[in-house]
Amino acid sequence: MLRACLRGANATARKNYRRIPLTSLQQCRHYTAGESSSASKVVVAGLLTVSGGIGGTVLYAKWDHKFRAAVEKNVPYSDWLLGLALGPAAQDPGLPIKKRVELAQPPSMIEKQAKKEGAEGPVKDSSPAPSQPAQSLEEASAEATHIISAIGEVPSVPAPCDTEAAAVKECNECHEHKEATAVHPAPTEPMKERPVEEVAARLAQQEQEEQDISASVSASLEDSLASSAKATLQAIGAQEAALQAIMQHTDKLKEAMEAEVLPEEKSNQWKDLEAALADRTTALNDARAALSKANESLDSLRSVIDESKGLKISSVRPLVLAAEENLHNMVVDLDKMVMKVQSAESEAKIVSQYSELVNEAKRQFQREVSSLTPEIQANWKGLTGKLSTDDLNALIAHAHRRIDQLNRELAEQKVREKIHIDAALEQQKLEDQKALDNAVNTALQHVKEDARLDQERKLAELREVMEAEMRTQLRRQAAAHTDHVQDVLKVQEHELKAEAEQVLSSKMLEQETRYRQLTQEQLDNFTLDMNTAYARLKGVEEAIDSHVVAEDEARKAHQLWLSVEALSYSLKTAEADVPTVPLENAAQAVRDSCRDNDFALALASALPEKSLQRGVYSEASLRARFNSLRSLARRVALIDESRNSLYQYFLSYLQAALLFEKSQEAPPSQLSSEDLDPFKLLSYASYCLEHGDLELAAKLVNQLRGEARRVVEDWLIEARLTLETRQVVNLLSAYANAVGLGTTQAP
Amino acid sequence: MADEHARKWDRCLADTAVKTVTGLGVGIVFSLIVFKRRAWPLSFGSGLGLGMGYSNCQHDFRSPYLIHGRMVKVSAQCNFHCLSEVCDTRSHHAA
Repeated sequence: MLRACLRGANATARKNYRRIPLTSLQQCRHYTAGESSSASKVVVAGLLTVSGGIGGTVLYAKWDHKFRAAVEKNVPYSDWLLGLALGPAAQDPGLPIKKRVELAQPPSMIEKQAKKEGAEGPVKDSSPAPSQPAQSLEEASAEATHIISAIGEVPSVPAPCDTEAAAVKECNECHEHKEATAVHPAPTEPMKERPVEEVAARLAQQEQEEQDISASVSASLEDSLASSAKATLQAIGAQEAALQAIMQHTDKLKEAMEAEVLPEEKSNQWKDLEAALADRTTALNDARAALSKANESLDSLRSVIDESKGLKISSVRPLVLAAEENLHNMVVDLDKMVMKVQSAESEAKIVSQYSELVNEAKRQFQREVSSLTPEIQANWKGLTGKLSTDDLNALIAHAHRRIDQLNRELAEQKVREKIHIDAALEQQKLEDQKALDNAVNTALQHVKEDARLDQERKLAELREVMEAEMRTQLRRQAAAHTDHVQDVLKVQEHELKAEAEQVLSSKMLEQETRYRQLTQEQLDNFTLDMNTAYARLKGVEEAIDSHVVAEDEARKAHQLWLSVEALSYSLKTAEADVPTVPLENAAQAVRDSCRDNDFALALASALPEKSLQRGVYSEASLRARFNSLRSLARRVALIDESRNSLYQYFLSYLQAALLFEKSQEAPPSQLSSEDLDPFKLLSYASYCLEHGDLELAAKLVNQLRGEARRVVEDWLIEARLTLETRQVVNLLSAYANAVGLGTTQAP
Repeated sequence: MADEHARKWDRCLADTAVKTVTGLGVGIVFSLIVFKRRAWPLSFGSGLGLGMGYSNCQHDFRSPYLIHGRMVKVSAQCNFHCLSEVCDTRSHHAA
């Protein structure tokens, strides 16, 4: 209804109001018609300025980031606007580039490290591999030395692994040569002293191996020697045959050149010559082949010798030496033969050259004759009858011309004889020189070889001598060593004996002391046990005595407790409005049961007389009584010493009738002056009584003054009595309980 | 002691009633005999009776709070006695 009224009032007010501004506005409009355009102008100008400002700010913020940041910091919501207009603020590009660069660098370094580690890894991985340790160690050592030398810190001191590698290599070679098996794993740890048996075994093994190897080597040497000897002999034989063939051929050629024999025999001769030539060529080829074979075999023999030299075993050396000598001899013989053959060849060459010249002259003559007399056949000797005089004349003229020519040539030749002879001599000298050089070279080689062989022989002899001497020295050393060892052993024996005796004596002493100690301990233990047993016995006796005492005490406590229980039970015999039975008997019983207990006696005698004679009221009855008393107290609440006329009574009654208070109100922990109002006090007391707190109720009721107090006086007395009795009984019961607990034997 | 209050009221009311009626009666007698059957002696007599009853009632109710003093001759010996006596009378009356 109020709202409706308000609405109505509002409506009327609005109506009233509306009427007025319309007219005023109309008036305003009339008055401000001219000024409206200026207002709009102002408005438009203002809007333009504002938008311009904002636009300018946005643009400048786009250009200058610091300005943008400042604006965003100072002006709220500008960051939203600027974000909308320009997008999110771009980060400063300078820092990220640097960061990226920095980030790029560490990864590259990490990569390099990884690569290095990768390179080292395979190297390291290969090194422990047992297959090729020496090489890898060498490589690694080589690398290390390279690096070290490159750095230039350390002078070219070979890295320890170098020598190790070298030693390892040698060791490996020794192993190879001695055992003729695959490479062993490199002994990286230092060589430990091997036990005697192992050494002996190793030595025996080594000797065995040596023998085997020498046997094999000698066998191989013999084989190769035999084969090369055969080949060489073959070659020599072939060379001789060739030589023979050459000489034969040369002789035959000479014969054919010079001898004037019958044509049939000539042709036979030529045939024989040709045969001889063929023989010679074949013999020469055979010789060459045999020579090459011999050379091959000699080369193989040389390689075998070198191999066996490389084995470095002493027993093989004389064989090697002998083989070398044989080889040398064979080579020498072969060379001699070859030289012979060569000289024969050179002779034969001369002869053949001569024969060729002769043949050439003959052919030329033949050609001339044939050119002059083409019809005539080759064998002009058989054509004497067929030639005509012209032909003969021509032939004679030709012959004369030829003779002249030849005479001339002869004269020329005589003139040029010296030169030719000189040239020939030169040529011969050159060839002789060549031959001489060859011979000298071969002789030098042979001499060198001889010298080397002599040296080797002497070396071998020396080595043997040295070996023998060394053996004697070693034997002497061994003898000395054995003597020394014996002495040392004797000394050690003495020392050890002394030590052992000392140890023995100390141990004996220790054992004795221990024995004595143990016996003493046993005795002590026995006495201790006896003492403890005796003490325990005493303890047990005492315990039993104390038990008796305790039982007595317990009985007394029990009696006390029973009497106190009887007393507290007698308290409960109160019924509504009827007090309990007189507590005299129960109190007497309590007093009897605690004759020697001062505390209990005092308590028992602290019971108020009235409770003993008459008994006490129960709390329930007191509560009931209080409820009836309350109304009376309320009625006379206003009456006290000063106000006690009947009019006051009337007023008091009126107050009680008109005043309403809570029937029960929880009393505060501290009473203030307001709470001393009788009505409040009564409600507090009611509350307390309802909640079983008689004591507090009594205390509160005790605060009443005046007539109300007089009225509740006897109730208060009764309450006090009850409380007192109850307190004493509680104390006695607590005391009895405590005593009972104290004397109770816990299981 | 609570019953005392009720008993007092009983007594008081009874007494007042009796006195009022007695006063009325005396008033009637006096009105009939002396004062030519006028009304005023009745009201006077009942009022007298009522007043006496009221006063008695009040006194009865006040009785616990009344202090009875005694004139005592002051002497050097009696001072202590007097004081103790006064205390006694007070406690006596209060009970």
